[in-house]
Amino acid sequence: MVSVEYAGEATMNEVCYISTGDKKLKSEVIRIKGNVADLQVFEMTSGISVGETVEFTGELLSVELGPGLLGQIYDGLQNPLPELAEQCGFFLDRGVYLAALDHKKVWDFTPTVKVGARVEAGEQIGFVKEGLFNHWIMVPFQVEGVLTIESIVAAGRYTLNDVLAEAKNEKGDLHQLTMVFNWPVKRAIKSYAERLKPEETLITKLRIIDTFIPVAKGGTYCIPGPFGAGKTVLQQITSRYADADIIIIAACGERAGEVVETLKEFPELIDPKTGRSLMERTIIICNTSSMPVAAREASVYTAVTMAEYYRQMGLNVLMLADSTSRWAQAMREMSGRLEEIPGEEAFPAYLESLIAAFYERAGIVRLKSGDIGSVTIGGTVSPAGGNFEEPVTQATLKVVGAFHGLSQQRADARKYPAIHPLESWSKYKGIIDPQKTEYGRAILFKGDEVGQMMKVVGEEGTSLDDYIIYLKSELLDYVYIQQNSFDPVDAAVEPERQLHIYDILIGILTARLDFAGKEEARSWFNRVRQNFLDYNGKKWQSEEFYNLEKTISELLADQKIGIEADAEGLWAGESRRGQ
Amino acid sequence: MQKVYSKIESISGNVITVKATGVRYKELAVVGSRYGSSMAEVIRLRGDEVALQVFNGGRGVSTGDEVRFMGEPMKVSFSVNLLGRIFDGSGRPRDGGPELADTMVEIGGPSVNPAKRIIPRNMVRTGIPMIDVFNSLVESQKLPIFSVSGEPYNELLARIALQAEVDIIVLGGMGLKYDDYLFFKDTLEKGGVMSRTVFFVHTASDPVVESLLVPDIALAVAENFAIQNKRVLVLLTDMTNFADALKEIAITMEQVPSNRGYPGDLYTQLASRYEKAVDFEGSGSITVLGVTTMPGDDVTHPVPDNTGYITEGQFYLRNGRIEPFGSLSRLKQLVNGDTREDHRAIMDGMIKLYAAYKESLEKKSMGFKMSDWDEKLLTYGRLFEQEMMDLSVNIPLEAALDKGWEILGGCFAPEETGLKTELIEKYCRSKV
Ligand SMILES: Nc1ncnc2c1ncn2[C@@H]1O[C@H](COP(=O)(O)OP(=O)(O)O)[C@@H](O)[C@H]1O
Ligand SMILES: [Mg+2]
Repeated sequence: MVSVEYAGEATMNEVCYISTGDKKLKSEVIRIKGNVADLQVFEMTSGISVGETVEFTGELLSVELGPGLLGQIYDGLQNPLPELAEQCGFFLDRGVYLAALDHKKVWDFTPTVKVGARVEAGEQIGFVKEGLFNHWIMVPFQVEGVLTIESIVAAGRYTLNDVLAEAKNEKGDLHQLTMVFNWPVKRAIKSYAERLKPEETLITKLRIIDTFIPVAKGGTYCIPGPFGAGKTVLQQITSRYADADIIIIAACGERAGEVVETLKEFPELIDPKTGRSLMERTIIICNTSSMPVAAREASVYTAVTMAEYYRQMGLNVLMLADSTSRWAQAMREMSGRLEEIPGEEAFPAYLESLIAAFYERAGIVRLKSGDIGSVTIGGTVSPAGGNFEEPVTQATLKVVGAFHGLSQQRADARKYPAIHPLESWSKYKGIIDPQKTEYGRAILFKGDEVGQMMKVVGEEGTSLDDYIIYLKSELLDYVYIQQNSFDPVDAAVEPERQLHIYDILIGILTARLDFAGKEEARSWFNRVRQNFLDYNGKKWQSEEFYNLEKTISELLADQKIGIEADAEGLWAGESRRGQ
Repeated sequence: MQKVYSKIESISGNVITVKATGVRYKELAVVGSRYGSSMAEVIRLRGDEVALQVFNGGRGVSTGDEVRFMGEPMKVSFSVNLLGRIFDGSGRPRDGGPELADTMVEIGGPSVNPAKRIIPRNMVRTGIPMIDVFNSLVESQKLPIFSVSGEPYNELLARIALQAEVDIIVLGGMGLKYDDYLFFKDTLEKGGVMSRTVFFVHTASDPVVESLLVPDIALAVAENFAIQNKRVLVLLTDMTNFADALKEIAITMEQVPSNRGYPGDLYTQLASRYEKAVDFEGSGSITVLGVTTMPGDDVTHPVPDNTGYITEGQFYLRNGRIEPFGSLSRLKQLVNGDTREDHRAIMDGMIKLYAAYKESLEKKSMGFKMSDWDEKLLTYGRLFEQEMMDLSVNIPLEAALDKGWEILGGCFAPEETGLKTELIEKYCRSKV
């Protein structure tokens, strides 16, 4: 932290540049007291000496918004990392700031308004084609009131800075509209008509999530877990397979190597739905653990601002932040330097409200055009000691709509994804009839109880009926809740397949089964498990898939003597709906 | 241009303050005292009050001692002349050899641009099944051994170092026991790699804060070799001592501690060192293997906890064995996909069964009757521990995989393994 004496005016959160040697280091005002401003520096501070000059820009920390963001890899302050590497080589030299967007690139612009049209902030005046999407060119979000278009260019090829339209507000002030404008990252973009309730499931293609603890478009969820439990892998899988238009990855204060995997592999991976590389729908904001801490704090805001920007175009955006705890720690470090009164575990007292405000930026909205767009936020949490009773996890749990808690025991036993099926929850709607998922969940609960009891009374003290419930819950866990992310077929399961195989599984879970003893039961369940496992690895609706399905139903027919009493309603409900 | 000041305003722990102007943050100074001189680093500037951290400690420093500012941050000499040499924690010769001063390079330099990293793809074969099969080590990985004191972690470290095919080894010792220092020296000499090794050793009898420099010096040297296209292995033992030195400074500076006295930036401090591990695009690499001793065998202690969040896995050493639970190589999936088709299946399948064995063992210890299935698991667990976990086992990966199938086939019927039918048919000869 650097303190400066200033003359004139200083603005809170204003960007400044500290001159040291031949470098100018970007920083932000984080406290003003008398004529002294405290700055957090977005760079390594070594070499700065007392008496150096500081330039105040009067601008808040902002990002540049316009076509060309997709496919980019930025640091927390929107510096494009590949371009930086071209200029500086292996290392991140400080004090080098490059343009976030290519201002020379020519885009095919199509106007959608005519002279005389009245437009407001966030409304479209035209679009350019950016990869798969029509990238709306909008009236900047900070424009107040209604503008009347005075002139607009014809369809054609333009660069970011070309004036595309001129428009006047009610007071007669002239606005020149281009493809690009800046927006301060810490302000939510609200140029839409209304906010809606998140109701549609955001498909992740992970069975446990879509079936039991779903995420909704425009919703929020968190993934807390001790180190090594699988938070990052879970987010990587989601960033590949989730059914969103655009994915924004905020790699916040964790390993650089993990981002490298994404940024090297995504350009090569083809999205089966669009036939285009995954990178074309992705933006990576990368401020990993050895990069400056102050920029880490900014990085999640940079990411969410871009997410909101694309939401304004009627797109569904999923933002993944790994890890929000590092962002919270960055705030803690700053708060410590400001010598503020610390709260729990030395986190600042305002931690909770900042976390709430951050997740509040998610949401599904109706735009002024009537289109619907959404920002979904999923954040990992890295609790100290793996203990969820710590400030960041607790503050996050208060505000999110779904909780995917990872368990060390499950990771140790290689039960991936190691989401705890009983402790996790979601307030959103999934893809499967809730009655059926409740039945599955109840089996898991009862199976867990029997398992606990067996630890006390032993297997011989457990009744055959209880033992069968236990085996059913183990089966559901093994072949449905667990999913092999490294198997080409099992890695991503489409909703139709989830519905289909869950029904098969429910058929087994609800069946009354006839066994002479526990040994026979165990061995039957082993055979079913084996076939189901192979079945999960076969291509959807392939011949082998159906063959295995047949084997499974034959196995079931051998042993089934009816339906469990508590499941009769379930199947009755089914046939009523069928009529 | 060097400036000399001879009035120290305050001395508190290892931190001294002087009044001086024109001083830069993180600049190096030399503090001369009756008991010899010590390096110091500027850690705070407040008006003309300069706070310095004295690496030899504050003991014996007097208010009249001289502080000479060097005008630049800490640097270390870098050249091939380093090879085969042994230095102390501040980079001074410890082997009686000449002081080196050619090409001084910065320590604690900027981090690597993620866009210049590549995805690591080379497996480091160690001959230890618990590593090769279950948690493969990968070139450019950063990975500590988690252990309580008394475990043979330095032996394990040296064994891996000798097995790894690297060009250069840099050993950074922090609070290293003298015996351990001699052990490393002997082992690396006998292994014939001493001529490619550099030692930076801070021993248990040196002032604690001096250990703070060791990782930065060792990693700066490694980084410079790596950009000359060398594959470098850095051994850091023991990083808990480094963290404790950080804690000591934080307390002296009256920072608000976040957890058990450790500063709130412990994560960032450790990360900025471990993240030096890298595979450079078009050049060499740095692999970092460390030791993190766990006070009270508590993995939730802030040092192992923060470390685990930073490193790419850990080997959990306990009772002389690498535990399957708690051990992890986060990079294993980058290399185990094209070793042998059954590698991943064996890796997960055997551990799932080992977890089930642990449950049966628990039931048994509570006096419950063992079912057939329990009995099978008990046999399996015993074999697994003997033939896979024991550190004396030294076999290539492929032999270890075969051994895995042999154990599975000897204990279980095919469908009890939980593995896919295709693999079972190809590799497993079940005798059950
Ligand atoms: N779904 C999964 N399938 C297989 N292995 C996994 C899965 N999730 C995690 N792992 C293993 O665990 C390691 C750690 O996972 P990671 O997501 O990096 O943990 P975290 O981010 O919680 O610290 C991975 O490198 C991988 O080896
Ligand atoms: Mg992670």
